[in-house]
Amino acid sequence: MDNVTVATETHAAHEEHHVSLPQHRHHFETPEQQREAGTFGMWLFLLTEIMFFGGLFFAYLLYRNWYNPAFVAASNQLNIPLGTTNTAVLITSGFFMALAVWAAEVRKKTFLVATLLLATIFGLVFLGVKYFEYKEKWEKHHIPGASFDISEFVNPPRDAKTGKPVEEPLSPDMAQKTQVFFSLYFAMTGMHALHMIIGVGLLLWLIPRAQRGDFTAGYVAPIENFALYWHFVDIVWIFLFPLLYLINRHPV
Amino acid sequence: MSTTSSTILNLPDQKTATIPKMNYITKEDGLWSWLTTGDHKRIAMLYLISITFFFFIGGIFAGLIRLELLTPQADLVASDTYNKLFSMHGIVMVFLFLVPSVPATIGNFLIPIMIGAKDLAFPKINLLSWYLYVFGAIFILAAMIWGGVDTGWTFTTPLSTHYLNTNVVPAALGVFIAGFSSIFTGLNFIVTIHRMRAPGMTWFKMPLFVWSNYAASILMVLGTPVLAITLTLVALERTIHIGVFDPTLGGDPLLFQHLFWFYSHPAVYIMILPGMGVISEVMSTFSRKRVFGYTAVAFSSVAIAVFGFFVWAHHMFIMGVSNYSALVFSLLTMLVAVPSAIKVFNWAFTMQKGSITFETPMLYSFAFIGLFTIGGLTGVFLGSLGMDIHLTETYFIVAHFHYVMVGGMLMAFMAGIHFWWPKLVGRMYPESLSKLAAVTSFIGFNLTFMPQFILGYLGMPRRYHSYPAEYQVLNVLSTAGATVLGVGFVLPLIYFAWSLKYGEIAGNNPWQATGLEWQIQSPPLTENFTETPIVTQEAYDYEWLANKTQHEVTTVG
Amino acid sequence: MNEHQHHDPGNITNPEHAEHHIVTPKTYGIVFITLLTFTGITVWAAFVNLGILNPMIALAIACTKAVIVILFFMHVFFQSKLIKMTVAAGFFTFLILVTMTLSDYISRAWGLW
Repeated sequence: MDNVTVATETHAAHEEHHVSLPQHRHHFETPEQQREAGTFGMWLFLLTEIMFFGGLFFAYLLYRNWYNPAFVAASNQLNIPLGTTNTAVLITSGFFMALAVWAAEVRKKTFLVATLLLATIFGLVFLGVKYFEYKEKWEKHHIPGASFDISEFVNPPRDAKTGKPVEEPLSPDMAQKTQVFFSLYFAMTGMHALHMIIGVGLLLWLIPRAQRGDFTAGYVAPIENFALYWHFVDIVWIFLFPLLYLINRHPV
Repeated sequence: MSTTSSTILNLPDQKTATIPKMNYITKEDGLWSWLTTGDHKRIAMLYLISITFFFFIGGIFAGLIRLELLTPQADLVASDTYNKLFSMHGIVMVFLFLVPSVPATIGNFLIPIMIGAKDLAFPKINLLSWYLYVFGAIFILAAMIWGGVDTGWTFTTPLSTHYLNTNVVPAALGVFIAGFSSIFTGLNFIVTIHRMRAPGMTWFKMPLFVWSNYAASILMVLGTPVLAITLTLVALERTIHIGVFDPTLGGDPLLFQHLFWFYSHPAVYIMILPGMGVISEVMSTFSRKRVFGYTAVAFSSVAIAVFGFFVWAHHMFIMGVSNYSALVFSLLTMLVAVPSAIKVFNWAFTMQKGSITFETPMLYSFAFIGLFTIGGLTGVFLGSLGMDIHLTETYFIVAHFHYVMVGGMLMAFMAGIHFWWPKLVGRMYPESLSKLAAVTSFIGFNLTFMPQFILGYLGMPRRYHSYPAEYQVLNVLSTAGATVLGVGFVLPLIYFAWSLKYGEIAGNNPWQATGLEWQIQSPPLTENFTETPIVTQEAYDYEWLANKTQHEVTTVG
Repeated sequence: MNEHQHHDPGNITNPEHAEHHIVTPKTYGIVFITLLTFTGITVWAAFVNLGILNPMIALAIACTKAVIVILFFMHVFFQSKLIKMTVAAGFFTFLILVTMTLSDYISRAWGLW
């Protein structure tokens, strides 16, 4: 009773049913197994990213409740048109990335390269806008630290027409807490931007390979799995935008 | 083959036996082939060398701590230096030894073989995992060389962020990088176990060692990133003062502890679960009996992993959490003890009516059962709020976690190394010396840490290098024990090294164990199996083994 | 159905015999427009005073957007139960982190909550 049966004959018969891709790794029995394992592995990595950003989101949740007036006032300093544009830009970039996966699956090389390029360009636009936002914070002395200026929160500018302050004035104590908002703003958007930069770097590596035809001959895993990463970074921004920019925008 | 003596060890005839010429060690030569390998077995050996090195570094710190504590006065080192000693001892032992110990060495080597696969799912990521371990370790070593870190391995704020000017950032960076090593190992194991089992190897035919590592891997993947972000925030707090843990800027230092312990409690299960997996294998083999209640043991491994996420604030009862949440966490802590207890009962029933023999791996397993039970029960004492208020931050805690980590995990690791050593290198170690080492470390361990339960109960605080004179006797006993324990760990270093050249040839299955790893040559081929195995036998099926062995004996000419 | 000559009761090599589904550009287009629409809605809702409902609506819209990105851009709708369970496990663990830590902060008698 030998239960460790030879499987060599059947393995050879199986191989006749499909052509092995050059990227087939031989510890996998079939390319489907390799592909499914790759996607599964990528999702497990994304789980670690959920938990990584999760810590920051919790800190945000806590301090937004503890220092709500400061968070409201500080959030109103952020530029809604720029933030909304950036959200739309990133969603568009994700749309192109999804199309890129389709292009790889249906083996359309030129379309793949075009969509990858568009995804990259929109990603760079996002980063460019963020640069301008950060620069504006620098100019207004809203970077936490020794040079932080709370005067705008203690004495908000008055609306020219109505004469009322644009924001509720904050006590100096609560005004200092706007630094907590800005610290979290820079930490969270900074961490997000770092992930975008890494993503753009990976895209710049994928595009020449796509041009060479590496991903339009049946082997789509790098495009598929990178797309998962890119969409995840998009999801983080989908949460960051309303939480950071849209805390309390109703008219005073 | 019948067991004629009181051992199941069955070595081939040494006059004619040889190590198989083709194996994973002889496949390619040269250091470069080892440093660029994708072979899970070679990576496991790389890890084994690295973690052994750091174990002894951590041990040296332990020795210095115990030396200082011989006398009530602070006479060996300055107080800051003493803080650095226990911090470095903790950081090195937890992150560079205990967390990778069984998974990265025995797990890496055996999991693919146990499920009938040729390698892990992602061999390159496996190698990356080792390099990340090495880089993390280098940063931690750098922190040591540049003057050490004295926050305790727990990096508690606001001490670590505001009141110390030691090398917190390099140490935190080292732990961060080593954490990713752990994440990638866990990721690899999960994908491998889900997707690369051989035909017929269903979930419930897998060895329980695989189940335990699977549960630990889930913890690695989900828990470690929270440690990563926590340490990042500590580094940012120290460097650019973001204020997230600083009360003067509006932050809450306790937030650090919530995030830190969210990982570090599951971390203790990351450390112990693979050890429990080893014990299941060893208990079965040396009782010649299948593990009692396979399903219960498998599910309790997963239960420990899941419940382990719900109890972290029991490390924070006196730190300022609200009474209500302390109550909730205390109750949940009681619950998490249940699956561990289930496993201990199952191991005991495995032995009942089995044919027990007392080779070295079994000796370490016995040590594990007793010492882990003591450690685990004292954990339940600590989980109850009233007792914890008295016992926390005393030597009772130190004794508790050393019982589970050293008496439990390290004994299990030693059991595993002694059980699978013949498979890893093809040779046996000298049994008499190994038994001596096992008994020595058991005696040394108890002498070191049992007095510490008493010391803690009497009120001696932890992390203090001077103490009232009335505690000295117990401290002297503890230090004496530490010396004996040290001998118990140096001995294996010597005889394992000796066995590489002079040990008896082991053959495929010296312990006559079930499991796919014992059906292949020792040391294994690089591709593990000559043909993909097709599995129809259950785990721990000794009848199948007896039939197979008899069949081989009668058909070999 | 693929003919697997060797015995595979563990169903490893072709889990759940899933046909690999290729998501069409049309689906992606619909999702894209939906995401942009929801972005517009969330910005508009932020300017309307709904009291306590404002943050809830903002989070609800963000969650909806995230779910459709996950299901369609990331293909999870068409993938195996294992992938679906994996995604769920990740978010579940995040929820545990948030809710159980909150259980401390909310119930502090001296707290700022």
